Amino acid sequence: MRNNTRVLLLLLATSFSAGIVFGEDSGYNEGGQTLATLRDAPISIEVTPPKMSRVENSDLKRKRAYPMQPPTIPHKIDSYQVDLKVNKCLSCHSRKRIEDSQAPMVSVTHYMDREGNFLADVSPRRYFCQQCHVTQIEAKPLLANDFVDIDELLSIESSAEH
Amino acid sequence: MIELVKRYWRTISTPSKYFSLGFLSLGGFGMGIIFWGGFNTAMEFTNTEMFCTSCHENIYQELQSTIHYTNRSGVRAICSSCHVPHDWTDKMARKMQASKEVWAWVIGTIDTPEKFAARRRTLAEHEWHRLKANDSLECRNCHEFEYMDFTWQSARASHQHSTALASGEKTCIDCHKGIAHKLPDMTGVEGF
Repeated sequence: MRNNTRVLLLLLATSFSAGIVFGEDSGYNEGGQTLATLRDAPISIEVTPPKMSRVENSDLKRKRAYPMQPPTIPHKIDSYQVDLKVNKCLSCHSRKRIEDSQAPMVSVTHYMDREGNFLADVSPRRYFCQQCHVTQIEAKPLLANDFVDIDELLSIESSAEH
Repeated sequence: MIELVKRYWRTISTPSKYFSLGFLSLGGFGMGIIFWGGFNTAMEFTNTEMFCTSCHENIYQELQSTIHYTNRSGVRAICSSCHVPHDWTDKMARKMQASKEVWAWVIGTIDTPEKFAARRRTLAEHEWHRLKANDSLECRNCHEFEYMDFTWQSARASHQHSTALASGEKTCIDCHKGIAHKLPDMTGVEGF
């Protein structure tokens, strides 16, 4: 019992010290801009929620905003049913449906299990599309994004060499 | 028994002794209006949301999150807008069919959520077949193709509507399944 208490105290102490170390630059920091919180009022006050924005429905693909970004959804997905019975997204984007729908096919990695074996259908771990792919709204970014894609970096590098 | 039938037949086949022709014909006309009105009122009552949801409550809850229940302009559909033909003769035919469904309710064919889940695909298929056969008539009662403005539709919608729908190759229900209810297991359904 006493042993347990000691372990607990030790854990608490380490977590506190970690808080002090990392607490100094709390808040997301990028390029000199900081974003401490998305909440404008104390926790005890319920703020008026912001106006709901219209979901982008242009069907035009966006380029990625950070490395390894899953492609965003460029259309409305209101009341698309994705559950055990049916996956509305795959009714256009699955391998067998793209000829009719002319929608982008989900990549082949979605048909692979953890071990890299190919499956006949979309892998259960990739089934819930919105875990990674999300719709977009026309909103002012909270922070500027200074991400430069790898192709651009390489071309800058090669032009500097010559 | 036979005597009783004969007696009634004699009464209704002989001319009236006390009532004038005017009374009988005008009275019959008046009663006709009342009975016909009453019949139609009762029939309309079976088309109200209150009447449907007195049994079909679970499915009504599913409708409530869809655009056919609540939307920006407040124009909405109730159960009968889509599930009962608006034309009088077709409506009568559908109401007579529904008497079988009343019987199913009496004997408890679907009286648990599990039984409903098990039969859901069959029931959905009935409605898909009906709408496919009548060229999605109940959709078109409100969504009239002639008055669709493709310029207000998204690129994808206007493409589909101006090709497959316009040529009559497809009808509304071919693509718009499960718009007011949740879908059943769609394994093997065309387009899924």
